Amino acid sequence: MDSSRRRILQLLGVSALALTTRPVFNAFAKEEVAAEAESVIKAGAKSLKAKQWAMVIDTRKFKSEADLEPLIEACHKIHNVPRLQNKRHEIKWIWGVHYHNAFPGKAAQFLAEKVEQRPFLVLCNHCENPPCVRACPTKATFKRESDGIVFMDFHRCIGCRFCMAACPFGARSFNFRDPRPFIAETNKEFPTRMKGVVEKCNFCAERLALGQLPACVEISKGALAFGDLYNPKSDVRKLIRTNYTIRRKQTLGTEPSVYYIV
Amino acid sequence: MNNKKLIITGLVIFLIIVLFPFWYMRGKAAPAPEPVLTPKAQAAQACVRSTEYMRSEHMLLLDVWRDSVVRDGNRIYVNPQGKEFNMSLSNTCLDCHSNKAEFCDRCHNYASVRPYCWSCHIDNPKEKT
Repeated sequence: MDSSRRRILQLLGVSALALTTRPVFNAFAKEEVAAEAESVIKAGAKSLKAKQWAMVIDTRKFKSEADLEPLIEACHKIHNVPRLQNKRHEIKWIWGVHYHNAFPGKAAQFLAEKVEQRPFLVLCNHCENPPCVRACPTKATFKRESDGIVFMDFHRCIGCRFCMAACPFGARSFNFRDPRPFIAETNKEFPTRMKGVVEKCNFCAERLALGQLPACVEISKGALAFGDLYNPKSDVRKLIRTNYTIRRKQTLGTEPSVYYIV
Repeated sequence: MNNKKLIITGLVIFLIIVLFPFWYMRGKAAPAPEPVLTPKAQAAQACVRSTEYMRSEHMLLLDVWRDSVVRDGNRIYVNPQGKEFNMSLSNTCLDCHSNKAEFCDRCHNYASVRPYCWSCHIDNPKEKT
């Protein structure tokens, strides 16, 4: 082919012109899409909002394990938490322990009798600096920006259990078995989990979205308070202001959001 | 070509074997499945989006819904017609489409896909067992 300088310049010019057509086509394509109405995603009108949800547990109002039972039952029932007899397979979202288990390092050799015998309700602390989130390799567990809940995306959990090793509170349980046969009464409105997935308390995010308080708080007859830690007028801040409260393993620096009035 | 006969015969046999499934199954393709709608879904007339959109994009829609609900806590979906829906597979989708075997499974089996939605989400929120 005979390629004179003129011919090459002509080709370059035409090519440059061709390059400009794509943005023009794109612009037209965009207009077409915009003409078709778009769908919108938004929060529910009644949903409760907070910067960091927090809970205050008035442990003085619980005398024995039997007092905790209805709260645990309410939570486990609505979240389809299975009841497994084998302790090593147990799934727990919320449960009761002794003072020296809940607050190791704080339990002196001799304790006030009432504190020693009192059951302490424990659950995921929804830490402000959660070690489980840093441990998760798939971002299946994460600190939710919108409300500070340490949430789990069960779809993404690969069951590596790094989060369980990282959590200093033992708040996470692993489904060693298919949980479905062990759920006495399934709540059809909440999914179950499957074998090989870690689970834990979600601060009843599904109820908060409907404007309801967490199930345990609702049933506790005032022993549990729930609210925004960063709103000075919230119930939890009022209680923290007027009572002496402690948190679990505070020295670890995870900044738990569950406070205990002892 | 020294072994012309051998090579041609070999090729013919090879082609017959390779094409065997095609002529054997010719005209016997499984018909496209027809998902059955529950009375509730029929009464609702329209799904969240148009039937064509749902048919081709429902997996994408569910993916977006899940990420929004789980990650951002936004649970309301307003479709182009302005109607609001609670973004929930368990409580919105499976409420109308409560016949997994006749609705979901038919197409999934036909397309040979095995989504594991139902290992956690319970088939039919309304049905009391």
